[in-house]
Amino acid sequence: MTRFCLALVLFAAIAPAAMAADDETARAERWNDLRQSFFGQRPILEGSDKISLDAPDRAMDAALVPVTINVANPSQVKAVYLLIDDNPAPLAAHVAFGPAGDPRSLKLRVRVNQYTYIHAVEETLTGELFATRRFVKAAGGCSAPAGSYDPAALADIGRMKLRASEQSSGDGSVEAQLLVRHPNFNGMQMDQVTRLYTPARFLKTIEATYNNEIVFRLETDISMATDPAITFGVRTSQKGKLAVSARDSSGALFESSFDLGPQGS
Amino acid sequence: MSDGAQFRTPASDARQISPTRRSFVLGGFCLCCLPGAGPGAFAAEGPWPTEEIAEGIHVRRGVDEDATKANADAIANIGFIIGRDGVLVTDPGGSLTDGERLRSAIRAKTSLPIRYVVMSHIHPDHIFGASAFSGDDPVFIGHYRLAEALQQRGAYYRGVLAEILGEDRVGSIVAPKMEARGKSEIDLGDRVIEISAHSPAHTSTDLSLLDRKTGTLFPADLLFVGRAPSLDGSLQGWRDVLADLKQTGVPRAVPGHGPASVAWPQGAAALDGYLAVLQRETEAAVEKNIGIDAAAKSVAQSERAAWKLFDDYNGRNVIEAYKEIEWR
Repeated sequence: MTRFCLALVLFAAIAPAAMAADDETARAERWNDLRQSFFGQRPILEGSDKISLDAPDRAMDAALVPVTINVANPSQVKAVYLLIDDNPAPLAAHVAFGPAGDPRSLKLRVRVNQYTYIHAVEETLTGELFATRRFVKAAGGCSAPAGSYDPAALADIGRMKLRASEQSSGDGSVEAQLLVRHPNFNGMQMDQVTRLYTPARFLKTIEATYNNEIVFRLETDISMATDPAITFGVRTSQKGKLAVSARDSSGALFESSFDLGPQGS
Repeated sequence: MSDGAQFRTPASDARQISPTRRSFVLGGFCLCCLPGAGPGAFAAEGPWPTEEIAEGIHVRRGVDEDATKANADAIANIGFIIGRDGVLVTDPGGSLTDGERLRSAIRAKTSLPIRYVVMSHIHPDHIFGASAFSGDDPVFIGHYRLAEALQQRGAYYRGVLAEILGEDRVGSIVAPKMEARGKSEIDLGDRVIEISAHSPAHTSTDLSLLDRKTGTLFPADLLFVGRAPSLDGSLQGWRDVLADLKQTGVPRAVPGHGPASVAWPQGAAALDGYLAVLQRETEAAVEKNIGIDAAAKSVAQSERAAWKLFDDYNGRNVIEAYKEIEWR
């Protein structure tokens, strides 16, 4: 994967122009390949009435593209997938919701390496798949770090911050945002002292529980922006504890817990 | 270079180079005939126009645009300082073409050796002209974090520029030979140029220069005038560095973008105002739980009419500011 990403760096500049010629056909084939590799032969239905995907048409910062996924029938949703078709590692997120999770709205920040379709796929409790997509113009989010990442920031790795909205939605759901300090190195930054590439090191899973019930379990990779931020819904009944555990590709485990209740944290 | 060290070069062995008229023509004119060069808009003008904004200080004003094939990425203010013993270039320009034009402009003014080429920060519009000066064997000077930043981004920047300008017009990446840290000095014989390497501000690799002889500050992109600023380092850091630079006590500054020279510190007022609004409104957005995407569209819009290219830069600046502020 790292090598693939490196190859993309070298050709990042010409890729958008080259894509223009065979664009729509190539994009359709790309999505066909992706859906088969992630979902096999399972049918994926057009789902724009069930799941919506919001992202800027043209990203202001390719290394931090905010994406919002909303679902129409949260109680029927088991999981959502976010795929950035033309990224080196297309599966940006697979979020499986637990009993304490409210899937109605999910926000993530991703990297986009070149002009691409982004697909959001909803998996229902009965196993049906519904997809919607959006075209995003952005380039270089994988290969060009927006800001140089200060090696000293590694000292802060795994630090977490939780922000909860003031009001609940009326049915006990609270929207919360989790920030996790992590460089999400994609294997392309060079260490000036050793002259070696900093090995890829990125978050692979983030799991959140509320009073020991699962809110969500997120699987992710290098398509997630530096310092991942996830906004999600929690079904809260009374004051309780939101516990988060995150594991990165080096095996490091980061854990934090926060007080969270219907009236905010 | 060790921390805080000074590099002072007496330049006693000043080489006398006498460029012929033919080399001016080659440098300033025939470039435009080469494949991949711009449409020849400036072909007949010979050396690229520079303005002597103070004694011995020549500045070429950049155009307030993003890089295009037609403008050869000549979008930043670049120039040179002529001292008794040699020439210091700051910055070398946005492309090989831009650097070659600057070099011919220098040669039209003086035959003194080009001893130093300062690369004020990582952004391509300031440094891709450096390779036009390689034949002069100058000391290339950069912030101590510039080499690292070039490793991270140089190839990407070069690829993007090559797509716009053509592969042969971009120039190659030049690593700094002298890494500036803290304060340093360069002696050009009759004038000493002070170099300051800053903590993250506009970028993580910012240098500013000061010529005490004429009272001229070169903040490079720590000062934008009229063209939308771009934030790629630290918002709080930039405000702090700008506050320091305003205390310098010299009457004049050369912005990285905007007029060739402005009164100092009055020339920082608009940038000060923008950075203050950007910080205040981004803090408010974070405080009110307004998402980063919505904030990028709403913050600092009151500044829109005051800056060229505002829509191309402001949203991204908000995202940078937001990331910094939400972790406090």
